[in-house]
Amino acid sequence: MVRGTKGRIASIAATAVLIGVPACSAPGDGGSDSDAGASLAVGIAYEPETLSPLLGYGKDGSSKIFDGLLTQNADLELKPALAATLPGVSDDGLTYTYTLRDGVTFSDGEPLTADDVVFTYDTILDAKTNNPSRAELDAIKSVRAKDDRTVVFRLKYRYAPFAGRTVLPIVPKHAVDGQNVNTGSFNTKPIGTGPYVLTGWTKGEKLTFKANPDYWGGAPKVKKLTLAIVADDDVRATRLRSGDLDAAILPPHLAGTFEKDTSRKVFTAESADYRAVTLPQGGKVTGDRAVRRALDIAVDRQAIVDSVLDGAGHPAAGPLSATSPYHADGTKRDHDPRRAREILDRAGWKRGSDGIRAKGGTRASFTLWYFSGDKLRQDHALAYASDAKKVGVEVKVQAGTREVVRPRLDRDAMLMGNGNPVDPDYDLYGLLHSSLAGNGWNNMARYDNASVDKALDTARRTADDTERRAAYTQVQRALVEDPGYTFLTLIDHMYVVNDDWSGVTTRVEPHDHGLAGPWWNVEDWKPRS
Amino acid sequence: MTFPWRAMLRMVGRRLLFALPVLLLVTLGVFALAAASPFDPVAQYAGTAGLSASQQTLDELRANLGVDGPFVVRWWHWLGAALTGDLGDSFSLRQPVAQVIGERTGWTVLLCATAFAVTVPLGTVLGVLAARRPGGWFDRVITSLSYTLEAAPVFWLGLLAIWAFALQLDVLPAGGLTDTRSAVVSPGQVTAHLVLPAGVLAVSQMPWFVLYVRQGVVDAYAEDHVTGARARGLKERTVLVHHALRSALLTVLTLIGSRVPELITGALLVETVFSWPGIAEATVRAATAVDFPLLAATTVLATAAVLLGNLLADLLYGLADPRVAFDG
Repeated sequence: MVRGTKGRIASIAATAVLIGVPACSAPGDGGSDSDAGASLAVGIAYEPETLSPLLGYGKDGSSKIFDGLLTQNADLELKPALAATLPGVSDDGLTYTYTLRDGVTFSDGEPLTADDVVFTYDTILDAKTNNPSRAELDAIKSVRAKDDRTVVFRLKYRYAPFAGRTVLPIVPKHAVDGQNVNTGSFNTKPIGTGPYVLTGWTKGEKLTFKANPDYWGGAPKVKKLTLAIVADDDVRATRLRSGDLDAAILPPHLAGTFEKDTSRKVFTAESADYRAVTLPQGGKVTGDRAVRRALDIAVDRQAIVDSVLDGAGHPAAGPLSATSPYHADGTKRDHDPRRAREILDRAGWKRGSDGIRAKGGTRASFTLWYFSGDKLRQDHALAYASDAKKVGVEVKVQAGTREVVRPRLDRDAMLMGNGNPVDPDYDLYGLLHSSLAGNGWNNMARYDNASVDKALDTARRTADDTERRAAYTQVQRALVEDPGYTFLTLIDHMYVVNDDWSGVTTRVEPHDHGLAGPWWNVEDWKPRS
Repeated sequence: MTFPWRAMLRMVGRRLLFALPVLLLVTLGVFALAAASPFDPVAQYAGTAGLSASQQTLDELRANLGVDGPFVVRWWHWLGAALTGDLGDSFSLRQPVAQVIGERTGWTVLLCATAFAVTVPLGTVLGVLAARRPGGWFDRVITSLSYTLEAAPVFWLGLLAIWAFALQLDVLPAGGLTDTRSAVVSPGQVTAHLVLPAGVLAVSQMPWFVLYVRQGVVDAYAEDHVTGARARGLKERTVLVHHALRSALLTVLTLIGSRVPELITGALLVETVFSWPGIAEATVRAATAVDFPLLAATTVLATAAVLLGNLLADLLYGLADPRVAFDG
């Protein structure tokens, strides 16, 4: 027994040492195949949950693996992609006909057909598919393949900005059919027609792509693309500085540290990404239009831009940024606390001994929520509360999770963010239309204004752009007189990119992190030489 | 003396019988805890897109995910499916749970095995060296270092290691499985990326081995047979290796098994800090996303690992010391 035990202990130790060998060997080479000039490593903060467009990936276009029927150019105008031309629209606005581009193949070599388009839309519209953005396609009644190359969409109602929704990526029917769309392998091993082909996805770490040599738009010059998921801003900046990354999204104070670096360029993208305070019409205090109007001019937006955003942003008067062709002039709010006090005085809100106003026994006080952990919204909320206090309104700032906040939104305020630069309808209809009050996360303030409802409907139904502009001007004017939200700021998104490429630009960006950034058209970049 | 197969098998059988109710209770507990969680699985699933979703879409998602109803009923359904081999689908990773486990377990085993392979021999050697002169300078340095490390949280050690080796010295990668630009998983790259996480895990486990071995050897030096060996004029080395170490190593054997739970919690933190794509990192995701199916499966795995670790420790102990019977 004695001898046997010794033998066994020795062999356990020997095994341990053998397994231990890799840990002891030097990490010397660290050999990254950095054939500079052909590869691009981008540091991003958010990882996509899935790579399947059927579950919502790339729904706003610019996904590198896929193409939509249409796409948007640098000015966010629609142009054909998988469709050969822009769609034909029937006179009643209810039928959209797309003809497919010839000779497009998926990265597995199979040709693109009208059946793939029909399959993509039908699957997303199926209630069994877990796509949270399905309501964006609400207008669709049916999608049919007229022949191999022609797809016909019929709508339930006139929906002027419908074509903009068809930037949605198209998936190959043959690769998904028979799989569970919610959990099948297509979620992690997608196949598309796009300029890049996925070569690997280590969750929580990175996505790697290689150029699609057979891309219908021409083979990209950036041959290898890596999207590294780095949640921490400081780590992203450090990895950029060390050369591990070629480009990254960074907050203003970190992007600023690269300003003097001649080998890199700092890009500032304007955005439609606003932060606003919801002021519920059912709240005891916020239900009073006078309070909402007073708060609208009591807040010092420029101060928030300067202090909270480090100057990287713009004051937001209404929900549409000045970059939008639909933005109405003359809706700018002045910072005027004196007039705010007058409005409150006239409405009967009298200052109490503690400086907070009251009316008929109701203190001018309400709760303002922000999502726990969102520092930017927290800072906005605190600045708002401090400005409100100066005119005698108490705003109690509180952090909460979605689950905590949502049931309270009919009477409490929330610091929200949203915005879509493509068409005003995409954001405003859900934000302001009374029929969607409290529906999901739509119209959180329960805003209810008949003239706004009517204008939103008009803008949705008419194809005439002048009429649409007039309708959205009316909406923005109405929000001055009867604000349902206090819009605070529009946030610039900042990026740093190694100056090795030409053709690098930014577009006006949406609130969604998605695939925004200078790399929206990385397939068109050319090496500088 | 013959090998005690029968006694060992009886012990394994008893432990397996005991494991069944434990596993059942643990999975029920997971479902109860997840149901009590203030987080809504649908909100977690929908992510940012959920903030612009319509109520109808959110309701459809809720129905599809099957997260309605009392947790006992959901647990019962899960159990029924799991027994037929269907572990369900992970909400957070949008993959079948079986696939998640298959893809990730290997990386966790590699990480833990490497850490253990470093910590056991190194801890033993350091413990023995410290015990040779209790109170000497080496002993004092090693012992105080061990107590300090024992108190240091693993994630803190991890962040410290990243700061020192990746950011300041720039000699080792800060995380992940391969270099940023690499699309292929090569042994060389994995080795380089394994050093920091495995090292941190090993260092965090080391104090226990060092302190136990040190105490074991110190105690053994005081035992009669060691005193006897010394009295017979045997060389110090012979006394240590053949007499003192023999009883001290018994401690190490039991410790190996009983460290498994600590190793698992350590792996949870290390994998998260270093973005190591293992099963522990998936467990953290599952917990924060209220991903019932994945959480239940990984909990079963962790529980099984703990029970196996204990069984292994008892078997080894019984083998190494015939005075201990296999009747636990």
